[in-house]
Amino acid sequence: MNLPKISQVTGLAVPVPGDDIDTDRIIPARFMKCLTFDGLGEYLFYDTRFDGDGSEKPHNLNLPCFREASIMISGANFGCGSSREHAPQSLYRAGFRAIIAGNFAEIFFGNATSLGMPCVSSSRDNLKKLSASVKTNPSLKVIVDVENLQIRYENEVLTCEINRGARDSLLNGAWDPLEELLSATDGIEKTARSLPYS
Amino acid sequence: MMNPKNLFEKVWNEHSVGELANGQTQLFIGRHLIHEVTSPQAFGMLREKSLPIRYPERTFATVDHIVPTDEAHEPYSDILADAMIKELRKNCTDSGVTFFDVDSGNQGIVHVVGPEQGLTQPGMTIACGDSHTSTHGAFGAVAFGVGTSQVRDLLATQTMAMSKLKVRRINVDGTLGSGVYAKDVILHIIRLLGVNGGTGFAYEYGGSVFDSFSIEERMTACNMSIEGGARAGYVNPDIKTFKYLKGRPYSPSDDDWEEKVSAWSEYSSDEGCAYDDTVTIQGAEVAPTVTWGINPGQAVAIGESIPDPNLVDKNERASVEEALEHMKLKPGAPVQGTKVDVAFIGSCTNGRLSDLEEVAARLPGHKVRDGLKAIVVPGSQIVSKLAMEKGLDKVFIDAGFEWRAAGCSMCLAMNPDKLIGDQLCASSSNRNFKGRQGSPTGRTMLMSPVMVAAAAVTGQVSDARIVFG
Repeated sequence: MNLPKISQVTGLAVPVPGDDIDTDRIIPARFMKCLTFDGLGEYLFYDTRFDGDGSEKPHNLNLPCFREASIMISGANFGCGSSREHAPQSLYRAGFRAIIAGNFAEIFFGNATSLGMPCVSSSRDNLKKLSASVKTNPSLKVIVDVENLQIRYENEVLTCEINRGARDSLLNGAWDPLEELLSATDGIEKTARSLPYS
Repeated sequence: MMNPKNLFEKVWNEHSVGELANGQTQLFIGRHLIHEVTSPQAFGMLREKSLPIRYPERTFATVDHIVPTDEAHEPYSDILADAMIKELRKNCTDSGVTFFDVDSGNQGIVHVVGPEQGLTQPGMTIACGDSHTSTHGAFGAVAFGVGTSQVRDLLATQTMAMSKLKVRRINVDGTLGSGVYAKDVILHIIRLLGVNGGTGFAYEYGGSVFDSFSIEERMTACNMSIEGGARAGYVNPDIKTFKYLKGRPYSPSDDDWEEKVSAWSEYSSDEGCAYDDTVTIQGAEVAPTVTWGINPGQAVAIGESIPDPNLVDKNERASVEEALEHMKLKPGAPVQGTKVDVAFIGSCTNGRLSDLEEVAARLPGHKVRDGLKAIVVPGSQIVSKLAMEKGLDKVFIDAGFEWRAAGCSMCLAMNPDKLIGDQLCASSSNRNFKGRQGSPTGRTMLMSPVMVAAAAVTGQVSDARIVFG
């Protein structure tokens, strides 16, 4: 399997502010009644973006200036709660290719990485600064540099972090681990046999 | 002892296949549990790649999230739910995975079914496409919630890529006051350490309070580890663990029993082992606890007031304001007396037999408040059957509760059990996120099942110790 090497993501960014944005918020449970992930993009943040009758509520994701955004900026503990991969799938299918937040809940982080969608953490001050710049100028080109652990725009260079394993996987085009897992046939068999239960 | 180890390290090492190129571990998962919501896409991905299921005998399935609790027969009136149960049934049949189907008498919430079948045992690694898989840690297993791509990896290889967690030992010393439950202990812990305080950690719970807990109480606490950000939570196995497992369908046979028990005991954390962090809490400090906000860490003791955003840390102010706006609660007001519209007893946190018994023992002589909707959803068909044999269903029905069939139900409202509009629900479940119980403006307050019952009979958030005397 030849996966693209992801060393940086460049695009427009949209702030979706708030701490502890949970995966129920990202994709409400009723939209998980599906057999594939296709089509989940349109339900991204549904209940925050739309009223009960389907009319739009004020939300950055509804603003025309942010429609083309491919980088989301949020707060601390992004993606907490349910393990549903539907959440990162919904972000990905809505066109997002990187998330910048204070930090990430672990299961969400793993799910997003295995889709090749880098999740980088940055300080509260950096997030504030970046969000303010993007709000002032939504057509700002933002670069999430996974290799050099930087977020760059205009003349600004902000630092960010991502754990080593995820960074290596993205840079080496090995963010979907299935192939590597499958190749360890003997090791898997040996471990299975060594366990005291079957 | 030379080189003492904690349980997590022992189990991790025993299941480690090797190191991956990115430094993560390829971890063998001995038991894989699946359900209808997070598995169909994984089966689909395998079909696309023409990959077989590597160890079908290590995967077990049940259906829980979407099952209606008031409709016994298929086809279900919700065609999407109907398609999901049929897809799971087909995937299990085609791949040879054991399925605890609705007509088996063994169906229920995956984290109730695993333990009651004896599938969850000390020293195992367990994974499921569900964040509350941490529940199984109550037996001294290392159990993780995973995403669907990992469900795929597990079906194809029985392994997954994972970074080793650090271990935080949480001691709860002394004893709990009367009317204080495992649910209060875990809500207290999350309030103290924060909803992301456990990121990167497994929580090892211990101390005299956990020693004295029943296995079902330990499950309640381990279940909500993920609400504190910890992907796994566990309790070292002891005599209670072994006693609970004896004679269950998938437990070791009597012939092997003594040998198994002695092997299981070896997994317990060694005396003098290292932890990455240790936290100690006094049991006496834990009070009946209820959430007031939109994450499980936003909780107060029943005697306390709802926080005032002007009096909290400035980094938390926006979250508190957002929570109070959604919850329509007044800053500074006592949490007791908050009006309740719906009461829900059930879920993988608190839908087990002991939870229902604890409530039923207090209900006689009490009635659900007029106009309040109160439902009891047993965690599994077996819980339901055992409860009915004890006549608990009648106790609940006499008090004005609806007695339903097993499933996840109103914990996440993927079935028809949903809040309407901005109804406020006193709930024994695990999440109070905005919209969690099926209505975008619905409001959830988490608490123990006995506290839910107290709210149901008084129509407001109340101190169960006073209501039931």
